[in-house]
Amino acid sequence: MSRARADEEEYWHSSKFRAFTFDDEDDELSQLKESKRAVNSLRDIVDDDDDDDLERVSWSGEPVGSISWSIKETASSSTSSLEGRDSGLQKGSSSYAAFPKQVSSYSLSSLFKGRNKLPSFQSLSDALSDTGVKNYAPELRRPKAEYKDYSSDWSPKDTVRRMQRGKVCSLERFRSLQDKLVLLDEAVAGHDGNVITAVLIFLKRTLRREILFRELEVRQVALCHLIHFLKEAGEQKLLLDLLRFLDRTEEVALSQYREHLNIQDVEKRREFLKGCIGLPFSAEDTSHIQDHYTLLERQIIIEANDRHLETAGQSEIFRKYPRKASILNMPLVTTLFYSCFYHYTEAEGTFSSPTNLKKTFKIPDKQYVLTALAARAKLRAWDDVDALFTTKNWLGYTKKKAPIGFHRVVEILQRNNAPVQVLEEYVRLVEDVETRLNLATKYKCHDVVIETYKDLKDRIQLTAYKCKVERGSAEEEKINSILNNMQIRWKN
Amino acid sequence: QTGAWGGHLGSVPAARAAALRSRVTVCCAPARDSSREDRGRSPQRDFHILFVPRRSLLCEQWLKEQGVLGSFIHREQYSLDLIPFDGDLLSMESESAFKECYLESDQTSLYHAAKGLMTLQALYGTIPQIFGKGECARHVANMMIRMKREFPGSQNSIFPVFDTLLLLDRNVDLLTPLATQLTYEGLIDEIYGIQNTYVKLPPEKFAPKKQGEGGKDLPTEPKKLQLNSAEELYAEIRDKNFNAVGSVLSKKAKIISAAFEERHHAKTVGEIKQFVSQLPHMQAARSSLANHTSIAELIKDITTSEDFFDNLTVEQEFMSGIDTDKVNNYIEDCIAQKHPLIKILRLVCLQSVCNSGLKQKVLDHYKREILQTYGYEHILTLNNLEKAGLLKPQTSGRNNYPTIRKTLRLWMDDVNEQNPNDISYVYSGYAPLSVRLAQLLARPGWRSIEEVLKMLPGPHFEERQQLPTGLQKKRQHGENRVTLVFFLGGVTYAEIAALRFLSQMEDGGTEYVIATTKLINGTSWIKSLMEKLEPAPF
Repeated sequence: MSRARADEEEYWHSSKFRAFTFDDEDDELSQLKESKRAVNSLRDIVDDDDDDDLERVSWSGEPVGSISWSIKETASSSTSSLEGRDSGLQKGSSSYAAFPKQVSSYSLSSLFKGRNKLPSFQSLSDALSDTGVKNYAPELRRPKAEYKDYSSDWSPKDTVRRMQRGKVCSLERFRSLQDKLVLLDEAVAGHDGNVITAVLIFLKRTLRREILFRELEVRQVALCHLIHFLKEAGEQKLLLDLLRFLDRTEEVALSQYREHLNIQDVEKRREFLKGCIGLPFSAEDTSHIQDHYTLLERQIIIEANDRHLETAGQSEIFRKYPRKASILNMPLVTTLFYSCFYHYTEAEGTFSSPTNLKKTFKIPDKQYVLTALAARAKLRAWDDVDALFTTKNWLGYTKKKAPIGFHRVVEILQRNNAPVQVLEEYVRLVEDVETRLNLATKYKCHDVVIETYKDLKDRIQLTAYKCKVERGSAEEEKINSILNNMQIRWKN
Repeated sequence: QTGAWGGHLGSVPAARAAALRSRVTVCCAPARDSSREDRGRSPQRDFHILFVPRRSLLCEQWLKEQGVLGSFIHREQYSLDLIPFDGDLLSMESESAFKECYLESDQTSLYHAAKGLMTLQALYGTIPQIFGKGECARHVANMMIRMKREFPGSQNSIFPVFDTLLLLDRNVDLLTPLATQLTYEGLIDEIYGIQNTYVKLPPEKFAPKKQGEGGKDLPTEPKKLQLNSAEELYAEIRDKNFNAVGSVLSKKAKIISAAFEERHHAKTVGEIKQFVSQLPHMQAARSSLANHTSIAELIKDITTSEDFFDNLTVEQEFMSGIDTDKVNNYIEDCIAQKHPLIKILRLVCLQSVCNSGLKQKVLDHYKREILQTYGYEHILTLNNLEKAGLLKPQTSGRNNYPTIRKTLRLWMDDVNEQNPNDISYVYSGYAPLSVRLAQLLARPGWRSIEEVLKMLPGPHFEERQQLPTGLQKKRQHGENRVTLVFFLGGVTYAEIAALRFLSQMEDGGTEYVIATTKLINGTSWIKSLMEKLEPAPF
């Protein structure tokens, strides 16, 4: 308590900032004075003869005015800078007059009006110190010994308190299991994760594993902190042991699986994933992990094969469209796209054929058609696109069918710059009339628009459409001939 | 991890200070630097380390292990708990708070929140009433009560500014941050991301329009602007629905050009002098207007796009309870077109929350599609989302959301975006659950919604802190009550806008001040829950 008070008091003495007052009395003069004082105090710690060059930067790289002073600020509370403290105290007495006055009238508007006044911005945060008690009475300087930390008879409670204030404490004197557990419970009761973790590190170092685990099992909060710490610190082995001890099998599995991300070598990664398959995942996840392994195994085979093909320069497709990157570690759908792009015509028996991938990974029709369509459209292989949607019924008639809806087909084709003739063919297949008209108008499939209006017997729209087609074009002629067709019974 | 580490304090002879959020992982950078510098040419270089919000034993231990602890001359802490962001807004800016509380069960950020509240009380008086909803809220309230007991000296004699403290867990309302914010400020954040009140914007629209050099040097650096209520125009439009911003801007434009026209009427020296004296203000107003017109144009390009519309339609369907129980076509299409994963996760989580969890079959379907399209390693992220309750199978077999929606009036069909009469304007129809809870607490009180409160996770509670008789408030007639709403786990700009709207309501009777662990939006929030994966090879 008294330490905190001393620090705080010192702050009021030496800081360039006044306590938070609600008066708007920031004239430029006092601001100038403040900044001068700030610069002067900075020199003490920075020892910099050229303070014009100072560049203060915050997390986002923003220059701010707050870091410099706060260094000065906290320097005084440091255990490692006794000199700084002394000089700070002396200096403090000289600026004694700058006491804040206590103001008792409040209004919300004056509360946080932090806007143009940087000082008040900081003064709120300054004031966020440990307690609310402000004691402005001058105090004698404390003996130096009090700032040192060899005192060895702190109680568990005091130890935790000191640690909460960021002071260094030796924990070695807690020797018996009993003492250590009291210390841990005290830390947990303090709710400060830093302290809890610090105590846990000490226990981890000084206790046998079984005992540590056993004691943590009944201390859930501490347990969570240790698990978090082990994850952050990457102490994988101890983490897995602990999770196993706790019988948290699914967490063990996921945690182990996560490790594969740190393995760069694909062969080793594949081996590692293979080992993950047997881990106690949930039923749903097990099949995903299995797929992950199978996929990487495939990719390794395909990659070796294709790299060979590419360097040999024999295959036309690789010559024409050199690969931008390797297929290793790509998602399944990307792999499918790749195989539709480079290996479309391969028989189902090969690992790299699209149909084989579809079968192995049970890729749904929709997904498959979308991916194949995008790949073949990119290659402008319109025959393949056509074949994708053609089905023959048992009488031998062909029929167009798309599991994804033809409007989607049109969009994908359009994104791949398909020529109007190709687009038109699929726009025509869009069942919903309104969607069909929209798409046809958007992508300038004039014939489809004209025919649709004709079918709708909508003379007004058809006449209006005439201005959208080129003058003297075949389309215009077509519109005219339809409009002149006496057989049609227009609805308007 | 958090932010980065400080920067240069000086250059010749350089001293270096590093301001660190107290996390072990952040320590690596300065440590590497300092050891490199140690070996380097200038032995006189001084290193200082500054921990924010506090000196951490873990960081120091880590530095010791790296053998660089000794090279820091000063090791200090800057105990910064709550940082003022605006006249009515405080944030701890601890981005991992939600993840730590709900995934790792590490409550350190709550400890800091409680400490921040104690400091706030030391400055602005003991808050007589504490209400809360959620596990973390309960925890923070307990810590505050305990801290007060342990430091009896903290009983201060300051007249209380706040009448009520409302502590709200983010996981009480998982829905709101997932929806796209539709206020002006909210949209700026959704699209460009506001970092510590600054936003970086594409420069094209900010090119100076001078005659003769049209299109010559287009700036290539992103335009950086500070956004806060000190800017008069921004204060006026930040919390409006975006659809109401355009008319304000054009009205302002007319006023300003009329003001500039005044110069033709200035005849006497006195009139001219008066005109000139107003010039700086007018010019500031004009450049502010130019900036916001450009920003509004940028945003409009996006909000009028087909995809934005489709996305919003699906969100609104989910929030109003339509088709939340089956696989959604738009989400499937987005996955097929490989839209950003975070967008997909936001939508799927939104659907899950609006359906009190997804049917196992639907959940499995989404999961498979996501893993197959974006990579199996995302199983770790999906797992995190499940743990946080954002994505889950419907276990109880019962969907509570419709009851919650109806009782709390979360969906309003007749929303007025131009002249709002209800907080639902901030999401063009959806009234943020968290803010509704605050509103109902003020009037008529939570007793009226006991049933719904029980459906939401965590306990709800009320605590009173005794004040000495001299400090008890005698309320004047018509005087507003002041409520501090503390969002544990983050708050969005749209929620802030909704609370400001309530503060301004004429018959509201309550003013709100907002505090939070972090200012978030759906994207930054989901990102904080994602497993850090190695960068993709291309």
